[in-house]
Order: sequence, then C-alpha cells, then structure tokens
Amino acid sequence: MPAHRRSPLRVDPGPHDVGRRRFLGYLIAAPTLAVAAGVGWESIDAESASAAIPSLPLPEEIFDLGDLQDLAAAPTSHLISVQVNSDGTASFAVPRAEVGQGMTTAVAMMIAEEMDLPLNKVVVSLADARPELVFNQLTGGSNSMRSIYLPVRTAAAIARQQLMSTAAAQWRVPASELSTKDGLITHKSGRQASYGSLARAAAVPQSTRTSAELKPQSKFTVLGTPQNRIDAYDIVTGRKTFAMDLDVPNAKPTMVRRPPTINGTVKSVNNTDSVKNMPGVTDVAVLTNGVAVRGETFGQCIDAIRALDVTWGPGTVDGESDETVLKKLKAAELPLVVPNLLSASIDAQFTFAFASNSPLEPDCAVADVRSDRAEIWSSLKVPIDAQQEIATMLGLPQNALKVHVTQGGGSFGRHLFHDVASEAAEASKKMGKPVKLMWSRTDDFRQGRVHPMCISRVRATYAAGNVLSYEQRHTSVQTDFSHGLGEMITATAAKLPVGGNLSFAETIFELTQSSPYNFGVTTQLLNEIPLKFNTGSMRNIYSPNVVCAQELVVDQLAAKMGKDPVEFRREFLKDARLKAVLEKAVEVGNWGKSLPNGVAQGIGVHSEYRGAIASLVEIDCRPETVNRKIRDAVTGPRVTKALIVVDPGFAINPRGLEAQMIGGMNDAIAIALTSSLHMKNGIPLEGSWDNYFYTREWNTPLEMKVVVMPTTTGQPSGAGELAVAPSLAAVACAYARATGTMPTYFPINHGTLGFEPYPLEPSTPQSPTDGLGNAN
Amino acid sequence: MPTHTFTLNGKQVSVDCPDDVRLLWVLRDLLGVHGPKYGCGLNVCKSCTSHLNGKAFNPCSVPVSKIAPTDEVTTIEGLPATVGKDLHPMQEAWLERDVAQCGYCQPGQIMAAVAKVKQAKADGRQITDDDLDEIRNICRCGTYSRIREAIKAGAKKM
Repeated sequence: MPAHRRSPLRVDPGPHDVGRRRFLGYLIAAPTLAVAAGVGWESIDAESASAAIPSLPLPEEIFDLGDLQDLAAAPTSHLISVQVNSDGTASFAVPRAEVGQGMTTAVAMMIAEEMDLPLNKVVVSLADARPELVFNQLTGGSNSMRSIYLPVRTAAAIARQQLMSTAAAQWRVPASELSTKDGLITHKSGRQASYGSLARAAAVPQSTRTSAELKPQSKFTVLGTPQNRIDAYDIVTGRKTFAMDLDVPNAKPTMVRRPPTINGTVKSVNNTDSVKNMPGVTDVAVLTNGVAVRGETFGQCIDAIRALDVTWGPGTVDGESDETVLKKLKAAELPLVVPNLLSASIDAQFTFAFASNSPLEPDCAVADVRSDRAEIWSSLKVPIDAQQEIATMLGLPQNALKVHVTQGGGSFGRHLFHDVASEAAEASKKMGKPVKLMWSRTDDFRQGRVHPMCISRVRATYAAGNVLSYEQRHTSVQTDFSHGLGEMITATAAKLPVGGNLSFAETIFELTQSSPYNFGVTTQLLNEIPLKFNTGSMRNIYSPNVVCAQELVVDQLAAKMGKDPVEFRREFLKDARLKAVLEKAVEVGNWGKSLPNGVAQGIGVHSEYRGAIASLVEIDCRPETVNRKIRDAVTGPRVTKALIVVDPGFAINPRGLEAQMIGGMNDAIAIALTSSLHMKNGIPLEGSWDNYFYTREWNTPLEMKVVVMPTTTGQPSGAGELAVAPSLAAVACAYARATGTMPTYFPINHGTLGFEPYPLEPSTPQSPTDGLGNAN
Repeated sequence: MPTHTFTLNGKQVSVDCPDDVRLLWVLRDLLGVHGPKYGCGLNVCKSCTSHLNGKAFNPCSVPVSKIAPTDEVTTIEGLPATVGKDLHPMQEAWLERDVAQCGYCQPGQIMAAVAKVKQAKADGRQITDDDLDEIRNICRCGTYSRIREAIKAGAKKM
C-alpha cells in the first residue's frame, strides 16, 4: 500500500468518550475553506488486514498506472471533504448511495452538529465513482453510519475550528473568546461574522494536516434528536430527481425485449426493419441479453419491443423450477453431527421461496457513450465496480468513464449490481447515441436480481432443563457477491476466523450469523449450490431466514420444556442488550395478554450490525380476517399490531431510525405471509405488483410502534436492515401460536398461485387503456 | 400527427403525438412533467396517480386521445394551486410526519390520499381504516403506517 494512503486518522475509539480525543484531518488548498478526513480504509492497519484475507484484491490491482500518478500528485484526493461556501452553506459529496434509508440526512446532521450550522445550510450530494476510495465506496451491510460517523464529524469540526481561527486572527482576539452558533461566530464583545463571510479567508494555499476535538455526546443538539429528511420537501412536491427524471440531452427512452428464460440470449431478430419504421422509433440494437429499442417515448418503446420477432438462445437456468431447485438444495445439505442419545430433540427444516428485491423505481440508467469517453447516471451502491467493469466492456480507460450516482427509488440490495448501467452503456455504444434505458416492471421481476431460494435445517437437543446442542445447516442457491468487498469486511478482517478456502459467501455468513442463546454445542453452517440465477443480497441477506428458523425452534424448545416463549428467552439469552430490548418489548407490547382464539402474539430477537432488537407482533388468523375480500389482493392472516424495540447503540436520527424499523417490519410481513417468486421452467411467473404481493395497505399493521432505547454503546449501529430478521421471526412465531401449526414453508401462501401469469412473450405486457373507468 | 389539447396544472397545453400513447409518457417524455412516476405501467402500483377533473386516475393506462380539450389534468406539481397555497394540507401533513423514505411513490400516494379524503367528505363521513385499506398504492419502503397517520391528519385540514 502506498504510504500516502496509510492511516492519517484515528478511528475505532472506545465507547462514550470520543469527544475528549483529537482527530486528524486536512485543510485542503481550495478557493474557499475545504476540510478533509479519511474514511474506513484508513481506519485500520491496512497491511495486517490485507494479510488476513488472502483473496483480498490489493488496491494496486484496481488502479492503472495513470491513476496512481494522479494520486501521487494529489496525496489527499482519497479523502472525503467538507466545503464551506461563501453563501454560508457547507457542502459535502458523500461516497454512498441514498436509496431511501436517510443516509444523506444523517450525514447532514453530523456536519450541522460539529459546525454549529443550521441543518438547512448543509448540502449533501452523492459523489461520482471515485476509484481512489478503493473499498470505501460501497453502500451495504448497514455500514454507512458506522463507517463515516467519525470522519465526517472530524472534517466538520476542523472546518469550525479553522473558521474560528480565521476570525480570531482578523479581529486580533484569542480564539477562546469566540463562540459559534447557527453559522455565526461571535466575540464576547458582540462582534459577529457569518461563516460565509470567512469562507475565502479561511481557505489555505497549501494542504495542511491538522486536528480537532469532537463534541462530546452530552453537548449534542442535533445528533440524537429526531429530524426530518433533508429531501422531504422535494419529495412531496414531486421535485426529487431519480435517474428516470434526468434531462440529459438526446438521451431518449430505451427499453429491451427480453428472452422467455433467465439470461437467455439473442439468436436472431427477424423483423428489425419493420420495427425501425414504427412510430417514434429511432434505433434498434441487439444486446447481450435482449434487443433494445430507442424511441421518443417509453410508450412507443413498449409497442416496438412487443412487435419484435426474436429467436432466442438458451438461458442459464432453463428447466429449473421451485421443485427442481428444492430437490437440489436438499441433496446439498451439510450433515448434522450431534446424535440423539439420552436427550430429546427437535428436528425441523424450513424452506424459503425465491423473493424479489425489486424497488418501486425500476432499474434505470442514462448512458452517453462516445468513441473516446462515456458518462453514466444511475443509482449505484458500488459505483467503482460499475466503472471498472463498464469501462472494460466499452474498451475505454477507467478514467474516461464518468459514473454519476443518482438518487435511488429504493434498493433493498438491487443497486449493489449495475446490470442496467452496463446494459445502457452497451445500447448507447451500439446505437451511437445517448439513451435513457429503463427496465419494465415485468423485466424487474422476471430478469432482475432475486433473493435465492434456501432451506434451513435445525436440530436442537435438550435434557434436564438445558439445551445441549443447536445445529443449523443453511443451504441456499448461491448469492452473487461479485460486487466485491466493502469496508465492512476489510475493517474487521484482522479479527476474522477466516482462512484457507472459505468462500466469500461463507465469510459473509460467518460474519453475520451467530446464535444469541446459551445452547451448548452450537454450529451454524452454510452450503450453496451453484445455480446461475440472478441473485443478490436482499435486505438483511441470510439473517431473516436463519433467524426465523432459529426463533421458531426456540418456541418449540420452550413448549417442550414447559416454558413461556419469553420466559425461555430470558433464561437462555446471552447478551445484556438483547435481554433489555426483550424486557422492554414485553412491557410495552403487553406480552401474554388475553386474546381470542385464532389471534396470538409472537416475539423474535436479533443482534447484528452491533445493534440489538426485539419485535413483538399480534396476528389475526381468524376466518373472517383471513378470508376478507379485496379486489386482486392477497389478504390472509393480518398482523394487526407490531412493536419494535431497538437498541442502536446511539440513534443518530431517531425519526429516520424509526422509519427503517417500520420498513423492515413490512418487509418481514411480506416474506412471512405473501411475497415470493414462483420459479417455473427457468423464469419467475410474477410480472407485476399484483402478482408479487409485497405488503399493501390491507396487510400492514393497524398499530405500529417503535421504541428506541436510550444510548448504550454510544456508537451508532447499522439500522437499515436490522428489523427484517427479528420481525420475520416474530410473525412466523405468532402464526404458529395462533394456528397451532408451525409453518415450514415461507411465505405461507406460496403453495397457492394467486394470479394469472402474464405471457412470457412478449416480455413486457401492454399498458391497459381503460384507466378512465376507475377514476375516483 | 394528431394534436392533443388539455389543461395541465392550470395551463392549456398542446402536444403532437399518436393517439394511443399513454398520457403518462406524454406528461413525462414529451412535456417534462416528472412528478407522476412509472412503477409498472399496468395500473397496479399507482405511483403515477394524478387527478382528472379532481378525481384520482392513473395516466399510465389512459391513451392521450381519451383526454378531452375540456379536461383538467393535475399532477403533484399542480396540487398546491388547487387550494391556492404553496403546499396542499396533505403535503404539509406528509412533511409533519416525515412520511417519505426513498420518495418514489410519494407523489402518487399524496394524490391518491387527497382524492380518497375528498371522496369520504363527499359521502359526508370521516376517513376510516377501511378506507385506508382500499388504497392500492405500493410503498416498497413500507412506510404505510406513517402514510395512514398523515392521511388522517391531512384530512382534518382539508
């Protein structure tokens, strides 16, 4: 590792008292004040970390010589910087994706806090792909807050300090006689200056290393207080701009006719000329996995792709269906080893169907590919990976491709991959024109990324009031992690029990899964089967399935041992934070209250991302509820009340945290009760939101409550994915208690196909024309 | 190429395009009005929900030729003007409860909410949980409970 990329910054402080330590950053040479700090990669001893994971690609492999030379010329370019502007605002381009999780708001709060600047004067944008950031530009693993909390605050604190020094020098007074508030510096004499008026004077001619203290938590006025999203106004007025809303000159609507099986290929197009002559159509081009049409409107693109006559080649999973995959999974299950001797045992196997991580905004990218350069706009969680791969595909040097990260309309794991950006680049190159390429909704469900089908087998043995062993064998269609490593892995690399040939997936599994119970001999193992579905990490990756299986077995153990589910968890949980959230949930959720037959409570606990969480739900499985009729809707059992108690270490923005908990609960309800893909002969049958039954208003709890525990560790845990696993477990456990039958196949309605599938060809259905009939 | 004329957010617009192009694409691709979102094009997800003469409808499923010169189309961009303010009370309720997550569905959610409340008021009653259960708009971020709270709060100010 080049010396200039070694750690300039101390991170990983002990809990509670970060405010008393000084943190290092840089004053950057710029026209107005700019302050930078390192992020993530610099926070560890990089050399020892590299040694701990033999397969870790070295940073050098990602750069070409030219990039290294650029870096050598600008030794601080790998840092992230806060800019103070003459208009009194502070701006910051964060190297993360905003997909609804509220990351930009939390970052703005950090800057506002340390600078004593009103929140509405902080402007947070999304950084373009910055290859010099190496592994530090990946949004995933609920890691953003954990990795940038200290660097961003450090840069902001140095900015405030430099503004004060500048004022002190101008006024010839000691800095100790100055105070800051609301973007103003005030001397005890009453003299005042705004940050904006000092922004130029505070700038430095040469980059300089410096340090500042961070505020102690006890002095926080912004961090830890509930704040609204910084983009809320733009959202409610329709102004928030997604990739699809961009106005890039001549980037006309483009869509793709796709094959009838996953990843099928084009053998021939039999009517190109007639389709080219259709109204509004400008171009037709054959792509790797389909045929693209560019036109004046997306509507005309839909008409044109439907009119194409294409002969298709095979896909990658032709012939695979739910049943064939399940058979392969069962055959690949790793053996359980604890014999049933003198103890009693529980042995259960749970199946989880394929699920879609489709956000509401369909995959979309704008691409403008020229002979010597290219530009791409899309919501990308790993933009550096996109930049490398797409540049290679286009035959361009990496630095000739600009990759802009747009606001994302949801992600849930989808935007870890740049499938649509690659495809837009391919189409733009082949057409020789800019394109705005969008997948249809049906494309998103049928050819988009999926959470793999998996089975989780659990055997637990018990005797004399103790659980002697707990074995879990998780077997899954392989999860695609080809987007590579993020700092959530490298940062903990030195501590990992990793070596030999453990696969990356096994590493992720081992890193994220651990039993929270004192269950004697405990093993949790993963095996994967190498089927080439388009998979990816859906929100919370393995945990929802693994924890759901675990908590259902815990309830069974409790029943066998004659204990109430809560009493049993109290007795066997190891961690004090988990016990605390459990107790709070029991109290607030009124655990054990009297309920009618067919209605029951369920509880699930989970610890991940350094947070602890308990979910408690009440489900109504009575016939009058299960059989209620709503047009084209899956009704079924309804979770009527939901409670989440979360200990996030420290809640940066309790209102945003609460939003993530609510979303996680609704995801869990979908996975438990209604939403799955039915795989049939190499493609999912689902083609719309009335086929893929994500939670709707008629499924969502009538009462939803989130309790955020008081600060524990002082360090923000991950939050974006945290609620899914315990909530899925709680819903499953509640269902088991309400019906008297432990569910073993999820979602519980997967066995019934509740819709008429759209035809496989043409791949995108035509839009209806009767929309005026149901105006109301 | 036929010319289509109608009122959009209080202003008369004319656009040349084939009859069968769905209004959503006329708004988005030809007129540059981006508040109504594409989420399915199948009249299912409802993220393009807008108003036609004050009633909720989904422009993804209406050929532009079915819009008459006398018709008034209102998108989220034109909602505040319908009450002569900078923000409609429903938008204010959305801000007060910080309803949005990614925000993609929210223009459609707000337009659906306003229509739903108007409908209940026209029937001479308050909005109920049963009314809210009928709203079909998808929020894939799952912020439904805040949507429900905001609609109830916004209804009181409408």
